Amino acid sequence: MTAKIPILKMGDYLLISIQVDMHDQLALDLQEDLTEQIVRHSAKGVLIDISALEIVDSFIGRTLSHIASVARILDAKVIVVGMQPAVAITLVELGLSLDGIATALNVEKGMAWLQRNVNEGLRVEAERDDDRDAAAETGD
Amino acid sequence: MTTTETLPLKQETDIVTIRQRVRKAAEDARLGLVSQTKIVTAASEIARNGLIYGGGGQCLIERTQREGRAAVRLVIIDHGPGIANLEQAMTDGYTSGNGLGLGLSGARRLVDAFEIASQPGQGTSVEMWKWK
Ligand SMILES: Nc1ncnc2c1ncn2[C@@H]1O[C@H](COP(=O)(O)OP(=O)(O)O)[C@@H](O)[C@H]1O
Ligand SMILES: [Mg+2]
Repeated sequence: MTAKIPILKMGDYLLISIQVDMHDQLALDLQEDLTEQIVRHSAKGVLIDISALEIVDSFIGRTLSHIASVARILDAKVIVVGMQPAVAITLVELGLSLDGIATALNVEKGMAWLQRNVNEGLRVEAERDDDRDAAAETGD
Repeated sequence: MTTTETLPLKQETDIVTIRQRVRKAAEDARLGLVSQTKIVTAASEIARNGLIYGGGGQCLIERTQREGRAAVRLVIIDHGPGIANLEQAMTDGYTSGNGLGLGLSGARRLVDAFEIASQPGQGTSVEMWKWK
């Protein structure tokens, strides 16, 4: 099984569109590849398009959660976009909450979210630097 | 009219094939999209259990009728260690491995009829129905 899910780099972002019915190992490979690429490219955001996925079961759901947790530790934001309504309904009944995963209706909205949130993160950092400078000035 | 097929469950890619064939049966039975998605998801959960915990087995997919309604019936069987405590295994969040513990309990919620039979040492059999 050599087929892999492609990961595209666009500026500070990584883009993934899952177009195949993933067997479990393929999902784990994606998780590993993505982690590696976030680090390699110092990516600030990851967008995962699942509009072609016809189901999300507990294994795929758990993989998406893992990806989001790992990305958080690596200081990258993750957004999952395009979940089909039937998939969303099924997930809820299955009992999977996908807590902690940001979602958006489509790629456009997902990109807008990333841009807002990544910039927000940078702004907060800058403010923190300002605070530090201010603290230095007052001499404490 | 009833159509039946039996698929092997021996490796991870068999789970993908099972999902696809269950989808086809559900489409042929003209189940709605949400019902299709539910039975395919349930099949994926139970097939994975049969492979991981049961060491593999097979999946029977039947397109049939139930009380005059078009229906899909699945029977997933393995010959693994079985489940000693069924009540515990069916509890949301219980896993003996590193899953989310939602496979059995979740699959039961997703289908219209769910029956599990398991004898320690003799394997596990899960029957699931979804109808129109
Ligand atoms: N076919 C099976 N054979 C033996 N044990 C099983 C089987 N299916 C489920 N189990 C047991 O039931 C538990 C719960 O299963 P499930 O709800 O699918 O959660 P998970 O797969 O996340 O552990 C499993 O951890 C396992 O101990
Ligand atoms: Mg399971």
